[in-house]
Amino acid sequence: MSKYSIFSLVKGAADGHMKWPLMWRAPDLKPKYDVVIIGGGGHGLATAYYLAKVYGIRNVAVIEKGWIGGGNTGRNTTIVRSNYYYPESAAIYDFSLRLYEGLSQDLNFNIMLSQRGELTLAQSPEAVEIQQRQVNAMRLNNIDAEYITVAQLAQLEPLLNLSPNSRFPVLGGTLQRRGGTVRHDAVAWGYARAADRLGVDIIQNCEVTGFKRNSLGAIEGVETTKGTVLTSKVGMAVAGHSSVLAARAGFRLPVSSFALQAMVTEPVKPTVNTVVSSLMTGVYISQSDKGELVIGGMLDRFPSYGQRGSFATTEAVLAGILEMFPCFSRLRIMRQWAGIVDYTHDSSPIIGPSPVPGLYLNCGWGGGGFKAIPAGGYCLAHILATGVSHAFAEPFSLDRFRTGALIDEAAAAGIEH
Amino acid sequence: MHYIDCPWCGLRDESEFSYGGPADLIRPTLADDVSDQEWADYLFTRDNPCGEHHERWVHTFGCGQWLRLVRDTLSHKILRVDVLRKKQNIFPNITDERGI
Ligand SMILES: Cc1cc2nc3c(=O)[nH]c(=O)nc-3n(C[C@H](O)[C@H](O)[C@H](O)COP(=O)(O)OP(=O)(O)OC[C@H]3O[C@@H](n4cnc5c(N)ncnc54)[C@H](O)[C@@H]3O)c2cc1C
Ligand SMILES: [Zn+2]
Repeated sequence: MSKYSIFSLVKGAADGHMKWPLMWRAPDLKPKYDVVIIGGGGHGLATAYYLAKVYGIRNVAVIEKGWIGGGNTGRNTTIVRSNYYYPESAAIYDFSLRLYEGLSQDLNFNIMLSQRGELTLAQSPEAVEIQQRQVNAMRLNNIDAEYITVAQLAQLEPLLNLSPNSRFPVLGGTLQRRGGTVRHDAVAWGYARAADRLGVDIIQNCEVTGFKRNSLGAIEGVETTKGTVLTSKVGMAVAGHSSVLAARAGFRLPVSSFALQAMVTEPVKPTVNTVVSSLMTGVYISQSDKGELVIGGMLDRFPSYGQRGSFATTEAVLAGILEMFPCFSRLRIMRQWAGIVDYTHDSSPIIGPSPVPGLYLNCGWGGGGFKAIPAGGYCLAHILATGVSHAFAEPFSLDRFRTGALIDEAAAAGIEH
Repeated sequence: MHYIDCPWCGLRDESEFSYGGPADLIRPTLADDVSDQEWADYLFTRDNPCGEHHERWVHTFGCGQWLRLVRDTLSHKILRVDVLRKKQNIFPNITDERGI
């Protein structure tokens, strides 16, 4: 499979762009692998890539029930940042952002990282105090967080409603300049292509329906709609369907599945420069390269596996956006959709061993795991290859719910991305 | 989008209600022999099924009563709505002098 370069581009153009090689193979499922990854989202594909590249384990299959990237990886609002409050979170999310910063080169695939800045508005005196406190904590963790004034905000986002008479007057904000957006499909496709080049088999349209266990209860293989595959190590990265897979392996998780929705407007000229988030209304907005305004917000607040989203929430999200940008009121919404996200009680992920020997977990990212794909994949690959948790992943074990060592980003971050 | 048939108020829009968690969680006794794992299971571990789910809702912007729903989490079909009665003690291990 050819490397992308200026020469391949010229050759592609000369062929009228009709002869580009396929980005990955469509191999048959082999009867046996060293490692099987369930779920061809970003986390599963990144796991396979780092297993092959960093740990030299190449006899790997990624088994995806639909098309790769068709889950939350292809449904999210593409925001990346590392301005988290707790040191454990700052460490893993910034590791992820650093990997993203080098990923286009690493994968030989343009992931279109755009570090345009991630802005969070402070809309009450209490929010000002808390956000200044958070900025200080983040800076101690070496995260590039800044507190900014209303005058700076007016420069960054000229269309933002800064009227002191608005329902939630803006009093300041925090900015992470290294935050921004990444093209989500490119992350899935880039990891898939790079993993495939290292020998990983990507098996699409194949659902994992059960697990084979030996007399000691350890993993021996997985049952799929394309037959049984033998393996002693399984990594599971199925996001909103983690509880469903866990039930097939005979255990339960501290996870609940909710629908999180997003929507885009018709494309317009450049209007929103950064990613603008409001903790007060729980909504956020950015502009895609095509010009569409990409809008996200709060969860539908009841368990759901229906990838649709309630109209009541759509309406509330849009009301929040218009509070920030009243001038968008006459834009039309082109598309609205939802993905099923897996929330833990502390809104932090679970990475590490499961109760079943040989089965390892990567889940619980909720509405915020796109930014974590490189780190989540790296850490799952590490434990699959070495049997021990990566230092960044250790605090995020399933066992923390028993010991009580929660990492409560739900209270600290409070926004769904 | 759900329409919930409140036994007191009739068919009403989802936005009037709030979801209040799974219906049948049983709080462990307060005795010392409850393990950390039992507490963790009560507080955090969930069935989280794709399909039929028994859950509590409250009619926040209506009668304020708690209800017990059987709802399909995939199709969003509401299969049953019941009044949550006092008799269905959700803390069976705790009794106070009023016998609740
Ligand atoms: C609307 C929305 C907006 C979001 N915005 C952001 C954001 O701005 N920034 C951010 O960081 N995060 C965001 N997120 C969260 C982010 O999308 C997810 O945390 C992340 O994509 C999870 O990646 P994943 O690979 O774990 O899961 P997924 O991409 O969902 O992949 C899991 C895969 O597993 C497959 N699968 C499930 N069951 C089986 C089975 N039995 N057998 C085989 N395969 C199976 C699924 O088909 C799916 O493709 C958002 C999410 C949503 C829904
Ligand atoms: Zn009522």
